Amino acid sequence: MSVLAVLELGAGEWRRLSWETLAASQQLGAAMGLPVCAAAAGNGLKKPVAELTGKRLERVYAIEHELLATYTADGFTAALEGLIRRISPRYVLLPHTYQTRDFAPKLATRFGRVLVSDVVAWRLEDGRPVFVRQLFQGKLNADVCAAEGEPTFVSLQAGAFASAPVVEGSAKVEWVAPALEPALIRARPGEPFQESRRSVDLSAAERIVAVGRGIKEQQNLRIVEELAEALGAELAASRPVCDNGWLPMERQVGSSGQVVSPKLYVAVGISGAIQHVVGMKGARTIVAINKDREAPIFEVADYGIVGDLFEVVPALVAELRKSGS
Amino acid sequence: MKILTAIKQVVGRDARLRINPEATWVVEEDLEFEINEPDAYALEAALSFKDRHGGEVVVVSVGPERVSRAIREALAKGADRGIHIETAGGAPLDSLQVATLLARVVADEAPDLVLTGLQSDDLGYGQTGVVLAELMGWPHATIIMEIELAAGGLRVKRELEGGWFQYVELPLPAVLTVQSGISKLRYATLMGIKRARTKEVKRIPAGELGPAPPPAVRIARIYAPPPAKQTQFLEGGAAEVAAKLVEKLRSEARVL
Repeated sequence: MSVLAVLELGAGEWRRLSWETLAASQQLGAAMGLPVCAAAAGNGLKKPVAELTGKRLERVYAIEHELLATYTADGFTAALEGLIRRISPRYVLLPHTYQTRDFAPKLATRFGRVLVSDVVAWRLEDGRPVFVRQLFQGKLNADVCAAEGEPTFVSLQAGAFASAPVVEGSAKVEWVAPALEPALIRARPGEPFQESRRSVDLSAAERIVAVGRGIKEQQNLRIVEELAEALGAELAASRPVCDNGWLPMERQVGSSGQVVSPKLYVAVGISGAIQHVVGMKGARTIVAINKDREAPIFEVADYGIVGDLFEVVPALVAELRKSGS
Repeated sequence: MKILTAIKQVVGRDARLRINPEATWVVEEDLEFEINEPDAYALEAALSFKDRHGGEVVVVSVGPERVSRAIREALAKGADRGIHIETAGGAPLDSLQVATLLARVVADEAPDLVLTGLQSDDLGYGQTGVVLAELMGWPHATIIMEIELAAGGLRVKRELEGGWFQYVELPLPAVLTVQSGISKLRYATLMGIKRARTKEVKRIPAGELGPAPPPAVRIARIYAPPPAKQTQFLEGGAAEVAAKLVEKLRSEARVL
């Protein structure tokens, strides 16, 4: 009976989202009166695991095996399945990363469960947690309950639990050696690579003008380029614009592109799907220009203009030029 | 090679959503529906694979009567035949329920490869493909950008976070979940639309596929999200809102 936080490493270090998952697990554990444990799978976990011994945790399970040196869905699922069957946690919390999306649904299926994915908040109702997820690309929220039974698998959206600090304390480490055979692992993953060297680093930009589907055609990009120029801003885009090849992929903001936190972010014709918002909600001041008042982008905007971008953007350029900004 | 593509029909992107009186789903009457965008890319990947290597593309979809239109559209784009797993509609099935229905059809059709989109634009659980692979005991790879034949199976390009990628080799049969933007979507030609009318669509009531698992997750209530910020809406004509915004950015937000 516990809350188990499954943590993820990137290049030998805990990913930021792992700390968020740990903090959220401690909160859930405190609310439910359950001890909190952490688990990680890999090879060469000694150094990162040492960092966890100073956190308030019942136990840290370090699942080590040479077949876990490189992530595979088959290897990680088998390793975690074995641990979960042995320790029977009531809740298993994971960071909602690409890696979790690749194996956690498989893991949950082995227990006849469905991963409650991409959760942004939770609260207790009648002593049971209700999880909040976004539906319809962020247009609506849903309170979701897992069916009776255990464990409940939950993945947490990046940034949604960022404000809670990890509680310090102490933790015992238990080394776990899973029985894994090479034949179990069917996929052969290659080395990660980047497509081309990035020529723009949007994360360093102070001002960003980002354009979305609302621009309709490539030739219309000129008007947002002028706005970017008038503001001294970098030009960025949501995924569909880059998918169409209108702007290079390196200018994409969102979960599959860059995560930015400029002083000013102007979202032009962007509806604000979750995948985009996670990449820009850290901006200090957000302006949204969109024809649809119901667009989720307005939920994170400081200033909203409901209108036709083909009228508003040129007017904005004229105003900026006039006032010499 | 025989490729089965699982598509979902979802509410159109620009639809105005109304919450039903029980607050458990949206009112579906009067809404426009379309093929879930990532699934449209999965279909495109299947058709382009067939263009290069030959074979058969079978499209399968789970849902009520309206779903037959999505299947016809897929046939018009070039899929060879369709399978419609008919459900009553209303509250959506969860990923495990949908994957269980799909798995029974997959077991029967025995394709070499199953493609589906990486997530749905309505529920967004993002796991039907992975769950299906597990139920079949097949390997899978997610968030795929390229699919090529390789010795002993496939070589696929998988998107990682932050602009990173990796190639993964895996044996067949397998399930892949496809990322949007994998290649340009084709349109249905007039000839394609005409041909689609003569293509076979097999309708299977979900009940005939054996008992479905009970729901593993339940939507208790849906509602408009509370705004994360107090948004100031600027009103007026284009020139007027432009002047107001520049003034706000300069003196209130101090970012100019």
